[in-house]
Amino acid sequence: MVAFFLIILPLLTGLIAFSLKEEKVVKSFAFLSSLATLAVSVLGLTLMNAEENLQFTAQWMQPIGSSFSLKLDGMGQLLCLLTAISYPLVFLGSWNASYKKPNNFFALMLLAQAGLMGVFLATDALVFYFFWELALIPMYFLSSQWGGEKRIPVTFKFFIYTFVGSVLMLIGILYIQSKTVSHSFSLNAFYVVELSSKAQSWLFWLFFLAFAIKMPVFPFHTWQPDTYEQSPTPTTMILSGVMVKMGLLGLLRWLLPVFPIASYVWGDVVMSLAIAGIIYASLIAIRQDDIKRLVAYSSIAHIGLMCAAIFAENKSGMQGVMLQMFNHGINIIGLWIIVEIIERRFGTRKMSELGGLAQKAPVMAIFFVIIALANIALPLTNAFAGEFLMFNGLMNAKSNYYLWFTVLAGLGIILAAVYTLNMIRRIFYGEVNELTAVATDLKLNEKLALGIIVGLIFWMGVYPQVLLDVTDNFSQELVNKIDISHLFRKQ
Amino acid sequence: MNALIISAILGVVMMFSGILLKQKTAVRNVAIGGIIILLLANILEMGGTVFFTIDSRGMIAFDQFALLFNTIVFVSTLLYLLLSAKEIEKVGVNYADYFALIFFILCGITLVSSFKSLLILFLGIEIISIPLYILTGSDKRNLKSNEASLKYFLLGVFSTGLMLMGIALVYGARGTFITVPDPLVTAAPNTLLITGMSLLLFSMAFKVSAAPFHFWTPDVYDGAPTVFTSFMATIVKAAVFIAFIRLFDDAFEGLQPQWRLWIAVITAITLFVGNITAVFQQSVKRMLAYSSIAQAGFMLLSLYAMNTEAKEGLLIYAAAYCLATIGIFAVLAKMNDYTFDGFNGLARREPLIAATLTILLLSLAGIPLTAGFLAKFYMLKATIATPNSLWLVIFAVLMAAVSVYYYFRVIQAMYFKEGNDATTGFSPFFKWTMVLMASLVILLGLFPDLLLNWLYF
Repeated sequence: MVAFFLIILPLLTGLIAFSLKEEKVVKSFAFLSSLATLAVSVLGLTLMNAEENLQFTAQWMQPIGSSFSLKLDGMGQLLCLLTAISYPLVFLGSWNASYKKPNNFFALMLLAQAGLMGVFLATDALVFYFFWELALIPMYFLSSQWGGEKRIPVTFKFFIYTFVGSVLMLIGILYIQSKTVSHSFSLNAFYVVELSSKAQSWLFWLFFLAFAIKMPVFPFHTWQPDTYEQSPTPTTMILSGVMVKMGLLGLLRWLLPVFPIASYVWGDVVMSLAIAGIIYASLIAIRQDDIKRLVAYSSIAHIGLMCAAIFAENKSGMQGVMLQMFNHGINIIGLWIIVEIIERRFGTRKMSELGGLAQKAPVMAIFFVIIALANIALPLTNAFAGEFLMFNGLMNAKSNYYLWFTVLAGLGIILAAVYTLNMIRRIFYGEVNELTAVATDLKLNEKLALGIIVGLIFWMGVYPQVLLDVTDNFSQELVNKIDISHLFRKQ
Repeated sequence: MNALIISAILGVVMMFSGILLKQKTAVRNVAIGGIIILLLANILEMGGTVFFTIDSRGMIAFDQFALLFNTIVFVSTLLYLLLSAKEIEKVGVNYADYFALIFFILCGITLVSSFKSLLILFLGIEIISIPLYILTGSDKRNLKSNEASLKYFLLGVFSTGLMLMGIALVYGARGTFITVPDPLVTAAPNTLLITGMSLLLFSMAFKVSAAPFHFWTPDVYDGAPTVFTSFMATIVKAAVFIAFIRLFDDAFEGLQPQWRLWIAVITAITLFVGNITAVFQQSVKRMLAYSSIAQAGFMLLSLYAMNTEAKEGLLIYAAAYCLATIGIFAVLAKMNDYTFDGFNGLARREPLIAATLTILLLSLAGIPLTAGFLAKFYMLKATIATPNSLWLVIFAVLMAAVSVYYYFRVIQAMYFKEGNDATTGFSPFFKWTMVLMASLVILLGLFPDLLLNWLYF
């Protein structure tokens, strides 16, 4: 039932929110709804984590082999928790912003949450596909309606990109379904289906393309910086903090275990792409003047590392990815909240027009520096644990080129330090100019949101075991499923 | 049988209603009442209550498939009349005749959905086509309408000629008009039969506006009064598809190796031409004309696959496509400006219309939660089950992605652009009918069994 409530709660409240007119009312309503979802999600982790509570199955489209089945496994728990935490933070952090037609804005945000939850929970390929697309529609409307100047073509490009990826995945899903013994769309049937290595190869690419566009992995990333830049910042927070995890989850739940042979065969290619993406995105990030674009490129670099670690195919890598999926979401939302505050106060996102903010807004500077340091994975911050495990995973990867991959990916950390520290310097230090001379410090709600984020950063930096325990079983099972060493022994 | 006879009677009734009834509303209400009677009679027949029993000597068979399709057609027509009856009256002074012609077309549709003889097929196609030639040219003072009508007529009779030739050749090879011949007397595929079949294939491809036989479609759809374009592009097109699939399922099943490649090529060309050309249109009406070609390409996949799922899928496709396109055309008919810019800012002025229109457009684009997704889903699922057809499936979904481009242009215009008032206004009744259509689209998209269960009564 927990799984069901996680979807139905944002869905229903989202639909109700359309009918609310007053901005204050709809804001508080959306905030309360997101808190309720968070409460349910925490319940699913703690008090009600018995097996039967976490599963939900209902009859649906029986004749074509699909049923509405949801399950909250380790990864699902983690990502649902991330989604559930993100929403209150996003609402709280951007409380002072105001929108035209606020009821539609908040309603679509909540509907997007329902879609995201569905993607993270679905254990039926058709249901997964349904939610995969449904999460996209509200995002499209949010970005196109409330975004920046070039919003219409930019978000349309984003939509077409992801749509192409997902329809190709649909073909893959249909093909596998026709090969399963029971002609079923259920995840378990997919896990045991017999596919020749040739079929696995092309199916692998059909699925991978969909996930690679969503994450995004180089060279499918071209929609991402523009979309992040043009979207209204609360939408960008959800896009970059939560939505990119859809692609990673796709890899972990739907790609690797279903095509273990192809994943092994093509692992080097994917890792090369991912690592090329890290270097490429980091180099571009260094040259950016627009804060939003800088954070967008830094996000590509981080996702690239996670993607590479997934294809290392060992437990350390997997656990690192799990941890980092959560932490990356928290960190990047923190960065966006401050970016949004800066943009709203000064009407610009250009670093060249800012400077000296630390004198005028010391609290903001402290928060920003902590979050930025977490972004470059300094020890004691949350990202360190995750990245450490991922590098450990890469170092132990089965690939012949593991050393190269690790070294080049490690270069990403150095580059991350370059652009992040440079960003801090240009925004918060240096001369105060006429724009920043009138700056004021954070408001209470902003302090609260950022305070929670910084708290989480330290908690997960010092004691990440809480999260690692949640996903431990899942990672172990996953590694067992994708282990194909028995195939080698036979020959 | 119920629907066949009642629709013919209603056609005659409508003809005289123009003379007997002086008020426009009365004629309209008679027409709407008539379609409801037709629908009820057809549903009763699905339950086993047959009013008329006529021995057709095996030339017509009203099986569940045909009856279910008729139901879809009648429901669509009912919604069509509810939304657009007033527009029909605006076309010309002889408005009662237009209603009569629509009922005659319905009569033809009941024939082509249930034929078991090539003669009935020919009869049905002609009963559909001739009223359509008239309706296309019904806007007498409009030169474009006249041109469209003439073009449609000339090309239409040409393809009918091809069809007759094909029927004659098939008769020559088999010695019977019955589409399901006795396997013992069936001749092995010979040149005569194959030629006949090819001619039938081409003429049917013309009628469903499959490329490269589609050249009449954009001009005719554009020239005809928008209300009748709506009827032509949806209900009639779906009906000819049913005839198409019945013909090739019954009569030429054994020749599948001969025609499958033809169909695959026609499908691919249709998808390509329809989608790519639609991208470049500036008028929504013309875009919908090309979109109807593109959607025909998807429906052709059912012909290619020709299995149970394909047939079920075609029914869902017909329903999804009819509902969505009728709704969009109904709104379009009320716009003063048919270009994409004409839709600018519609969401601000008419939020309900814009929201329902968005759902219908999403359905045409094949986004999940709508009937359109499920329709495409069934087509793809049916096709992927046939060997060596992966290229066609991948091509089809890529083209579906292209279609998103032009459907979303309308959504973008409505929601994200500012514009002036360019509508004639929507009555509350119109709005609620649109809401009904949108909810039907979503309901069907979530529970296709609501429709398909009727097949296995």
